[in-house]
Amino acid sequence: MTSDQSKTNNASPPPANADMDPPSDNSAAPAKATPPKKRKMSERQREARRRFLRSIGFGSVILAAALSGVYPVLKRLKERLRPPGAIDEDAFLAACIKCGQCVQVCPVEAIKLADVDEGMGIGVPYIDARTQACDFSCDATQCILACPTGALDHVITKKEEVTMGFAKLVEPENCLAMQGLGFSGTARGPDFEGLLRYEEIDRWTPIKIADHDYDLELCDLCVRECPIEGAISLEPISSDPGDKRREPIIHKSCVGCGTCEMMCPVEPAVIIIEPEVSMETAA
Amino acid sequence: MSKIVHSILLMLGKDAARPARDQFSSKALEIFKGKKTKEAVQERIRLIKEEKVWFKPGTKWLKRRWASVIIVNLLFVLSFWLDIQLIEGALTGSRVVGFHMADLNSALQVMLAYKHIVVNLLIGTATVLFGWWLLGGRTFCAWACPYHLLAEIAEMIHMKLAAKGLVKDHTFDRRMRTVLYFIFAILAFVTGYTVFEYISPVGILSRAFTYGASFALVIVGILLLIEIFYSRRFWCRYVCPIGLTYGFAGALSPVQIKYDSTKCLHEGECRDVCMVPHVLEPTKLGFADQEFHYMGADCTRCGMCLDACPTGALKFHIRGSDSLL
Repeated sequence: MTSDQSKTNNASPPPANADMDPPSDNSAAPAKATPPKKRKMSERQREARRRFLRSIGFGSVILAAALSGVYPVLKRLKERLRPPGAIDEDAFLAACIKCGQCVQVCPVEAIKLADVDEGMGIGVPYIDARTQACDFSCDATQCILACPTGALDHVITKKEEVTMGFAKLVEPENCLAMQGLGFSGTARGPDFEGLLRYEEIDRWTPIKIADHDYDLELCDLCVRECPIEGAISLEPISSDPGDKRREPIIHKSCVGCGTCEMMCPVEPAVIIIEPEVSMETAA
Repeated sequence: MSKIVHSILLMLGKDAARPARDQFSSKALEIFKGKKTKEAVQERIRLIKEEKVWFKPGTKWLKRRWASVIIVNLLFVLSFWLDIQLIEGALTGSRVVGFHMADLNSALQVMLAYKHIVVNLLIGTATVLFGWWLLGGRTFCAWACPYHLLAEIAEMIHMKLAAKGLVKDHTFDRRMRTVLYFIFAILAFVTGYTVFEYISPVGILSRAFTYGASFALVIVGILLLIEIFYSRRFWCRYVCPIGLTYGFAGALSPVQIKYDSTKCLHEGECRDVCMVPHVLEPTKLGFADQEFHYMGADCTRCGMCLDACPTGALKFHIRGSDSLL
């Protein structure tokens, strides 16, 4: 590149200036001569004007492209579950510096960064609980400690203080416990990649859920694997002691980590997390 | 002082102008007059002719710089993939052996949008501000930014195509970057979103390296296509607010490209390879009102001009080093 240029530019030793403008060529002026008034612009002026208009045009396109990212967040096209400690959604999008340090510290790799389709949420962390929930394998809030901007708020120090969302039963008639059914096998099938820390197996290292077999008389996976004590329980449906059916009841202490959603063996999951919802707003 | 103001105005889009005669130092005037004599002109033509025989533009600084960009970005990637934890995060925000670092422009966007100043972020921003002030401000662009490297490759393709007459460089008004800079700042403050980050190719690339490819890379692809086929170095020259932020950071930096007007033959090789040729205005004959000039705020300290200069009139220089040593 450099050598090409030096060949073309050494014709006149002391160049007056290195402008990129083509030399003005008066003979190439438009043939149909308008009255010879002073209004005629030189080629240089015309180029300057074209450059100015070009700058306005491209500048506007760049601004429009950047602002188009507001649309998906204003429309709430995707309701994302945010990592533990996330402040209110709008403030979260503002405060997050999109660096992904929270992604790096998560031992179960629950945290993902959003793509361009999420507008201003680009590069912002979220959790898809059904694929991999936050099970507090890190013993809580490694992601919060990693956050450099306070988008994940440092006031939270225990998993019980987290308020990511709130669990909710959808299509309860499909729930195995509500039908009085048991469950045996691996919770999500042999190909499921998700991890969970089973404290009774290994206190420190999460293992694949696909490597853990269950044999349950009554399915209680959502209750059994919930990392928050007292957040969910199975309650009898009727007063009949012979009735095996139980209903999962979600309690105030639910933090919305999504472990129940990940563990639910029914497809699609009977229990899901509503982001940014708590007991009060769920009502 | 006026030199610094001038270099900032130049960065914001002011056109380079020939200095008035009374601005010349007596030494500079003497040098200039000495170069205008008949014999001196003849001598210069002879020297330039000779030089065409022996001089080949170097690649010393280009190689060093590319190595630097690759190492910096590789450290981010390897820190995550090999879990060596040297530099965690992305270029927008990171932790370097435990110390917070934040990209100045990203931090600015976040502070304007969020309207709270978090201590960690402030520490990270201040550390980075100090670091890049010391190293030259826009040194970030040339020595660390991954988009800059891709844009250089796009530029090489552009120049090859342009030499064949297949493409033409469409220039833009340099004030566009300044206007966009302030609009992006205002937008962050008013909307409460880090609007610029949505299209920032630097953040997109840095995250893609570490966390895997994303569809956002399409934005980077479009920019590179514009630079190959339409406008040479479009993004870095006329748009990128990150460059302007680092330009401010390095306006008073000790690391400068120093120009020695006595050695210069005024061929313009440096301006041809430069991404920000307006900073090299003193290299035009009659534009140097001092014996020595420092290239100032908008210069990325990329060293392309050093590689291109046949006479060694341009050198890296650490200001104040003479008095220290």
